[in-house]
Amino acid sequence: MTDFSEQMTSENPVQKSRLRVFLDSDIFYTFKRSPVAVVSTVVVAILVLSAVFAPLIAPTNPFDPSSLNLMNGFTPPMAPNAFTGESFLLGTDDQGRDVFSTILYGMRISLFVGVAAVLFAMILGITLGLISGYLGGWTETIIMRTADVQLTFPSILVAMLIFGIAKGFTPIEYRDQMAIWVLIIAIGLSDWVQFARVVRGATLVEKRKEYVEAARLIGRKPYAIMLRHILPNVLSPVLVIATISLALAIIAEATLSFLGVGAPPTQPSLGTLIRIGQGFLFSGEWWILLFPALTLLTLALSVNLLGDWLRDALNPRLR
Amino acid sequence: MSDTVLSIRDLSVEIPTRTGIVKPVDGVSYDIQAGEILGVVGESGAGKSMAGNAVIGLLNPPAHIAAGEILLNGNRIDGLRGEAMRRLRGKDIGMVFQDPLTSLNPLLSIGDQLTETMLTHLPLSRSDAEKRAVAALEEVGIPGAAERIDSYPHEFSGGMRQRVVIALALCAEPSLVIADEPTTALDVSVQAQIIALLKRLCRERGTAVMLITHDMGVIAEAADRVAVMYAGRLAELGAVRDVLTQPLHPYTAGLMASTPLASAGKARLHQIEGAMPRLDKVPEGCAFHPRCTYAQAKCRAVPAPHISDAHAACWFPLVAEKVS
Amino acid sequence: MLAYIIRRVAQSALVLIIVGLVAFSMFRFVGDPIENMLGQERTVEDIERLREQLGLDQGFAVQYFRFLEGAVQGNFGVSYRQGRPVAEILIERAPATLELAAVSAILAVIFGIALGVFTAIRRNGFTANFIMSASLIGVSLPTFLIGILLIYVFSVELNWLPSFGRGETVQIGGWTTGLLTESGLKALILPAITLGLYQMTLIMRLVRSEMLEVLRQDYIRFARARGLKDRAINFRHALKNTMVPVITVIGLQLGAIIAFAIITETVFQWPGVGLLFINAIQFVDIPVMAAYLMLISVMFVAINLIVDMLYFFIDPRLRVDRAGGH
Repeated sequence: MTDFSEQMTSENPVQKSRLRVFLDSDIFYTFKRSPVAVVSTVVVAILVLSAVFAPLIAPTNPFDPSSLNLMNGFTPPMAPNAFTGESFLLGTDDQGRDVFSTILYGMRISLFVGVAAVLFAMILGITLGLISGYLGGWTETIIMRTADVQLTFPSILVAMLIFGIAKGFTPIEYRDQMAIWVLIIAIGLSDWVQFARVVRGATLVEKRKEYVEAARLIGRKPYAIMLRHILPNVLSPVLVIATISLALAIIAEATLSFLGVGAPPTQPSLGTLIRIGQGFLFSGEWWILLFPALTLLTLALSVNLLGDWLRDALNPRLR
Repeated sequence: MSDTVLSIRDLSVEIPTRTGIVKPVDGVSYDIQAGEILGVVGESGAGKSMAGNAVIGLLNPPAHIAAGEILLNGNRIDGLRGEAMRRLRGKDIGMVFQDPLTSLNPLLSIGDQLTETMLTHLPLSRSDAEKRAVAALEEVGIPGAAERIDSYPHEFSGGMRQRVVIALALCAEPSLVIADEPTTALDVSVQAQIIALLKRLCRERGTAVMLITHDMGVIAEAADRVAVMYAGRLAELGAVRDVLTQPLHPYTAGLMASTPLASAGKARLHQIEGAMPRLDKVPEGCAFHPRCTYAQAKCRAVPAPHISDAHAACWFPLVAEKVS
Repeated sequence: MLAYIIRRVAQSALVLIIVGLVAFSMFRFVGDPIENMLGQERTVEDIERLREQLGLDQGFAVQYFRFLEGAVQGNFGVSYRQGRPVAEILIERAPATLELAAVSAILAVIFGIALGVFTAIRRNGFTANFIMSASLIGVSLPTFLIGILLIYVFSVELNWLPSFGRGETVQIGGWTTGLLTESGLKALILPAITLGLYQMTLIMRLVRSEMLEVLRQDYIRFARARGLKDRAINFRHALKNTMVPVITVIGLQLGAIIAFAIITETVFQWPGVGLLFINAIQFVDIPVMAAYLMLISVMFVAINLIVDMLYFFIDPRLRVDRAGGH
């Protein structure tokens, strides 16, 4: 048998770097072996990186009015424009904007809203979950009842409503600018419930454990107990919910923008682009619709697949 | 002489697993006559249920019959598949499972479940089948059968439910009934009743019974003959009285010695050293030799012989000749 | 059982009250409530009369109560955009949405259950696996994208089906139906598929997983041991037991269909209450938004309640007050 005594002495414990631990872990192993997981992660990574570095990658900035030439409008993909002779990878829209660039910038908005909304929902949900689980009593009842009431309705409806109300409170001049933020809050607010429920359940379980009792006796404040002790135990299921929520948030944002109650044409997301594109479907400029649609489809599908895989991988029952 | 209803010859069931091929049934042979109750006894994992599943054709893939023959009333049935096998089930072979609570569909009344079974196998009209259903319930001793025919399973107690299960197994009048741990899930007080019921019904109808159990007490109470299984192999086969009072196989002897008896007073319970091997790690030679106090060189090298009735699968049985 | 019913009804009432509160708050605090109720064509007397009626100088609770009173009588105020009473507009457009929802729901339920059962029974077959993979895409595809895709294929390229509107409709009493004309039926096809596809996928996956679970149960094994035919086992035993948990979900989904109609109606410019709602949001037409909200809530709550009650009829184990020996 190999002699590990050298390595295992207390003066010289073997410290693996965090990265090493991760690469050696079970979960990375399952990940490597699942083609679905690897492909979808790669795709998501590509899309995210292109969105983040859009200003560097995009040939033009389609939202800088000075860079636009109306004459470029309606150019088909990869064909030279009849008037200016410029050609564009994926064609141009009615305003002469390069579709490839609009997609990159559009993805930025889509991803930004999606991620921000999920983060918002997570923070709100986790906080409310911790509070209601830990404090119990009336606080818990109120929070959970509200959650139940909200759950009676499809979340997209809730998001629409919040958007509409917020719009009512916003003076007209600011509406376009505020739209993105309102969108984030609306989608986030429609989604906090599942986080809250999971966290509350876990809090109830942890609350009974002795180390919480001990911390309380020492005089630690409730919020400290909640943050330091209970929260780490809850992260695994939260992570799974978060990934799936991200896919749903991206689709929700796309839907809202498509319906016209989301990202405005001045700051379009993929959904807005699709809305614009639909108008040109019958007149033959199919590329204005197709490419944003395909991009959205790829993004949603990959994040979904990743979330599905993650859920199966982290499911204790299947292990 | 009564006819042989079931004849199993050198039956082997194999399950391919990642660690190798597991043989929950390895070269087992026994017969059951009409009206006779054969007890199949052994520890959990010994393979007794598998043999029963193989007979009725309900082996879960990848488990399959690898060798041997199964004959029902003289006809080979081990090769039957699909529709042919389905016709036998219920009609020629009945089965009783362990847990009466989960054996019955909670959403159908027991009258419905009885009637449908009978209509599937017997040429009856619906009203005849319904009348027979009530009669079946009465036969198994359920009071107020006519009123309770439309009740649902959850409205019965555990013992009553098992009676219903027995009624269901017998309602199409099979010639063989396989009872897989029929009393294990029941209260002790109810166990005796169920055993008595099973005995009576099968004697009256001349049904052959394969009574699978790990409980020696049930065997002593109910069985005419007994087959002792160990690690998928048959250890001993013989009349209950003989096997229980004069076991030939060291394992059987160990089993008998470890069965708590009221008459034994405060003597410490005997234990057989070690544990039954996992089915993918059955030792060379005789499967029992690592735990056998009488083991000798031959036992470690050569697998125990296949046996016929009134014998033990042992190179050095405890009693060399049967005392008649 | 009675206690349970009472509790559920109380819960439902609570939800309605809260929703009513939200709707009322929208009415009262976003924009001008007088304008909300009367529209832009109003006289000074109207304003005074309404001010008193609404009790704008009185407490919050009184105003809320008056608002509810009006709502129950069907008075939801006047739409900003159209200058007509909201109730009138809603009644006019409701049949379009209801027909669409009903047809989609029927399609979704029938195909969902059928495919779910099929993929459960033939779980290792090629077709089954193919259907399951396709369903994953169905769940990831946003509804509006499905609609647009269908339009592109069937309207633009093939020119078989119309891409917007309801086609010709026939007026029967207070109801306008598109089911009786050929163009009406044609116009219904693509939107119904779009609306129903997501629900169908959900139902299919649920039925499949529940049925697989049921098929693993002991009583199915026992039924096989009794020699029952496969068809009897799959449909009489397994399916019945599968439906119990599935029914609730289906019921809830049907409620969701009406809400998701908003998207489909927008894609196809279908003149229903969903499209009305979206336009209302775009123009901040508060009265319409509030009215839609309340109607939808009543509908959801009613559906939830009905579905819960349905349980009692399906699962005999829940009828506790029936005589039973134990």
